[in-house]
Amino acid sequence: MTDPGSTLVPLPKSPTGISGLDEITGGGLPRGRPTLVCGGPGCGKTLLAAEFLVHGATEFDEPGVFMSFEEPVADLVANVAALGFDVDRLVAEGRIYIDHVRVERNEIEEAGEYDLEGLFVRLSHAIGKVGARRVVLDTIETLFAGLSDTGILRSELKRLFHWLKDQGVTAVVTGERGDVGTLTRHGLEEYVSDCVIVLDHRVDTQVSTRRLRVVKYRGSSHGTNEYPFLIDDRGFAVLPITSVGLDHEVSEERISTGIPGLDAMMGEKGFYRASSILISGTAGTGKTTTCAHFVDAACRRGERTLFFAFEEAPSQIIRNIRSVGLDLAPHVDSGLLGFHAARPTLHGLEMHLATILRAVDDARPVAVVIDPITALLGDGVSDEVRAMVTRLIDGLKSRGVTTMFTTLGRMGSPSQEWTDVAISSLIDTWILLRDQELNGERNRLLYILKSRGMSHSNQLREFLLTDQGVELVPAYPGPEGALTGSSRIQQEAKSRQAEAEREHRLERLRCEVEGKRTVAEARIQALQAEIAAQEAELAAVLEADSARQRIGLEAEQKVARGLRGDDAPTTTPNGRR
Amino acid sequence: MREEMPSTQGYGASTDTEAVETWELRLYVAGQSPKSLAAFANLKRFCEEHLPGHYEIEVIDLLENPQLAEGDQIIAIPTLVRKLPEPMKKIIGDLSNTERTLVGLNLRPRG
Repeated sequence: MTDPGSTLVPLPKSPTGISGLDEITGGGLPRGRPTLVCGGPGCGKTLLAAEFLVHGATEFDEPGVFMSFEEPVADLVANVAALGFDVDRLVAEGRIYIDHVRVERNEIEEAGEYDLEGLFVRLSHAIGKVGARRVVLDTIETLFAGLSDTGILRSELKRLFHWLKDQGVTAVVTGERGDVGTLTRHGLEEYVSDCVIVLDHRVDTQVSTRRLRVVKYRGSSHGTNEYPFLIDDRGFAVLPITSVGLDHEVSEERISTGIPGLDAMMGEKGFYRASSILISGTAGTGKTTTCAHFVDAACRRGERTLFFAFEEAPSQIIRNIRSVGLDLAPHVDSGLLGFHAARPTLHGLEMHLATILRAVDDARPVAVVIDPITALLGDGVSDEVRAMVTRLIDGLKSRGVTTMFTTLGRMGSPSQEWTDVAISSLIDTWILLRDQELNGERNRLLYILKSRGMSHSNQLREFLLTDQGVELVPAYPGPEGALTGSSRIQQEAKSRQAEAEREHRLERLRCEVEGKRTVAEARIQALQAEIAAQEAELAAVLEADSARQRIGLEAEQKVARGLRGDDAPTTTPNGRR
Repeated sequence: MREEMPSTQGYGASTDTEAVETWELRLYVAGQSPKSLAAFANLKRFCEEHLPGHYEIEVIDLLENPQLAEGDQIIAIPTLVRKLPEPMKKIIGDLSNTERTLVGLNLRPRG
């Protein structure tokens, strides 16, 4: 076995076409060499091998041979067809050749020396028929069950893998996971040593998680982590953490929260586009309603949105939201709002993550709601879950999607605080909804715990669910914290009363002054009248006086004239003297 | 109760000696390899001993007709297939183990 990997020429690789796997392996499986894929039953070995072959035939112009030791051809074709691959067509077009090798121990009697030349002949014939560049042997270890002479088998397998290399085909050989210490039950890794991939299928709190690890890749660097992968209706997908980073573009654009009061708390503008928003709160604090406002506002702008519901059915959400005067149904009808509802226990977290990202890739929404993300996380937050959520957030951000998550808190649960804390570092804007118990009633409070890169109000707002949606009312600061609900109403009434009283007193005072003014004015008038009267009297007296003087003068003149004889004699007072 | 004597073939119902007129046997080989040649020689000998006159041997060389390997699910070489009488039997190896060959062909009951 030569190993050209040590030379400077990069190892030629055969891309698998499986999303994620080519990234981990730096381009695919070693070209012209066998790769061992091992794992327990039902972990996806056959599927990985089949996809490798199908992608090769459809995307990379490399025909392939599938030699199945376990499943009959029809079963295999049906299984792969369930993932959206039309293998029958590929077979008909001569791009894939499938051969089912059936070995039944009870049908075979071993009598003397033999070799596996028949297998070589079949494989060689198949390769020649389609001009195969890729070969899958699934699962060749079945031979150990069918034939008893392991000595012959081992030497023949060794010969087979050498032969495959000589043929220059890129082979995927699958093997059942061994019990202890070995990767495969019959130690196939002994023969296939260029590249070994281990698949794993773990069940954690009743939810299964699939993982893939490249154990060995001779002559090439590769990701050594365990990567979660999933198998859904579109096949095999590995989720490498490394493929998502912190290099996404940021946006200066702001988008409305859908609640005028909340926009006002963030400088009248709302969230940054493509940011992540966390709405956390205990049960019944209005998280979903807040989300509905956000979605509604986006739809009104004509933007596409996706609502991932993990606790309520879409119809139930629409009905409930209608009770606060928001109707999401028209948005659903117009196709702007897409609902994806699933029970969190339906899949593992990876599956949910991939489902979300795939749905986002399909719908290309600008806003996404995940309500609530805690449903996916289970109890507490392990590193693994955190890594998952990181990938989800990065994945959404890099797609320019504004995402609103909700987390459901339980009253007084320390693990919940921990959840919030663990996630919150990944979150740009964190809005807290809180219950407040005061004077025998529960009221809702809202405040912005943090909002990166923008000035925001530090005040508590009372969060009211009205017939016209959410209203934010400034809460009265009281001696025991903010006053809400009836306390606030009481406080408001008190204030109103005081205001009224003040108004009243002012009015009274105003009347008093007015009255006084009237009195004063009356007096002034009276005095003026008196003066006027006196003036008139004075004028009259003066008039009378002057008249008498004139008369007196005339009389004297008459008297004087009389004394001079000009006239009849008259008496004057003077004359009487 | 292992019996080496040829007389054991007289167990009647437990063997297929009298089942049909002619036995159809097919021997798959790949070229003239020593194992293939040995298998053919051994088979010929057993047939002459146990089925004189009513057997046919068809030798198929997979190097010449590789497409025939799939039909009878051949992986090992040499492989002897008993087509008739039913049910089909398969014996792999150069047939150097007489006992197993005869048991496999049901010419001798399973001991």
